[in-house]
Amino acid sequence: MLLKKHHIVEKNVFVLILGIFLTIIIGGIVEIVPLFTMEQTIEKVEGVRPYSPLEQAGRNIYLREGCYNCHSQQIRPFRDEVERYGHYSLAAESMYDHPFQWGSKRTGPDLARVGAKYSNAWHVAHMTDPRSVVPESIMPGYPFLANRALDFDDAKAHLETLKMVGVPYTDEMIEAAKADLYLQASEDAAYDDDFLARYPKAATGDFDGNPQKLTEMDALIAYLQVLGRMVDFTTYNPQMNLR
Amino acid sequence: MPTNVEKDQVSGRETTGHEWDGIKELNTPLPSWWVYVFWVTIIWSVGYWVVYPSWPTATDYLKGTFGTTNRTQLHETMANVAAERAPYMERLAALDVSEVVNDPELLNFSMAGGKAIFADNCAPCHGTGGSGNPGFPSLQDDAWLWGGSLDAINETLHVGIRWDANEDTRLNDMPAFGRDGLLEREDISDVVQFVMGYSNRATDGDAAQRGAIVFEENCAACHGDNGKGIQELGAPNLTDAIWLYGGDQATLTDTVTNSRRGVMPAWGDRLDEETIKMLTVYVHSLGGGQ
Repeated sequence: MLLKKHHIVEKNVFVLILGIFLTIIIGGIVEIVPLFTMEQTIEKVEGVRPYSPLEQAGRNIYLREGCYNCHSQQIRPFRDEVERYGHYSLAAESMYDHPFQWGSKRTGPDLARVGAKYSNAWHVAHMTDPRSVVPESIMPGYPFLANRALDFDDAKAHLETLKMVGVPYTDEMIEAAKADLYLQASEDAAYDDDFLARYPKAATGDFDGNPQKLTEMDALIAYLQVLGRMVDFTTYNPQMNLR
Repeated sequence: MPTNVEKDQVSGRETTGHEWDGIKELNTPLPSWWVYVFWVTIIWSVGYWVVYPSWPTATDYLKGTFGTTNRTQLHETMANVAAERAPYMERLAALDVSEVVNDPELLNFSMAGGKAIFADNCAPCHGTGGSGNPGFPSLQDDAWLWGGSLDAINETLHVGIRWDANEDTRLNDMPAFGRDGLLEREDISDVVQFVMGYSNRATDGDAAQRGAIVFEENCAACHGDNGKGIQELGAPNLTDAIWLYGGDQATLTDTVTNSRRGVMPAWGDRLDEETIKMLTVYVHSLGGGQ
């Protein structure tokens, strides 16, 4: 009987590796491949756009500082979550995230819809010293973000790379990447129709309370302020997207 | 490793045939009832494939005969919740917020709901009990920038303060008197002395006297001739010794020099009408409601 022969696998490392490999392949074909072939993996929604250069820079800081270790970005379809955070997260909302920030641990609250929930000034105060506004918070402070100039000279290359993996940045967006980075943090952005057409709903203006300098704090808050705001829920039909 | 299955003399069981330095391992199988249950659960799982969503197909997946999805379950749950709340919500929708407090049942409902909504949305800035933080006003005291009546609070919650995305937002712009060169340094330090004088804290009487003129020419239009503020304009009372950003000389100098531009989101963009009414009732009850 085959069960009696397991010592062949156990004693021959190459047979063992082959066996593991085949097992993972089968698992992958059954569980991963269908996600790319199923038509309804990602909901058809209106409004989701690639991140602006400043938001993308902020997202990189979010990753660098490991925010995902404590904050998830996925509102699950449960009553307690939708009553607290808002509409449950859609797959479409993270389709341009590389990688997505769904997370699996909530030491802090979920951030999937934190955009436009608090003022920029609150984010600055909270990031500088979380206990100054939320005494019971256990979040570490990130005051240095307000002092560090934003280093994103490779904004254009960054967008090009993301385009390679499927984020639909247009040539116009890539060409204007560096300019948009600074534009978004200025008062002019709110009146720049070209910019707003490229990145609708982007939060604009000075974020960190210091208009003289583009800092990492500016970028991070620009990113946080757009989270969960892109989908146009007035055109979203939940009955068409049951799963 | 030698494999030499033999019968153990003491227990009467077979060994696994493994031996390490003379120590042999007994082959003790799992109890048969356990093994049977194990096989039954595997057979049972086939039933799950039939009734719940399971195997993928080329472009779709087996939906299961129960038609269960996470989102359907949520929609059902929320529909039940809405049905439970409906008697209250309908009355909340029909009544003006100032009438809600006269209905003891609705008042109870609003207070309980408002407390949870406040904790979720408002507490990060205004504090868990509404006691405020520097730059984020206390909701427990009698000082209100834009009014502390039920209607005023309701309106502020709806449209926010300096919230650009809402076209009805409450808006004023104190000039940055120093940064924009509207006042000289001496004028600013004079007017700061004058304002400190309202709460009897002026340290330089002459300067305060000179500041009175500066105040009249530059500040009184919004803060009032007596410095008590004008709520229609969102201009704070400067005489009550309650300070949003701080009332010491350095902070006041900073305020006059660079202005302040506190922002509150327009919750009407995020919460529905009835929820905001509940929140209004709760905030009004925190101690400062007028």
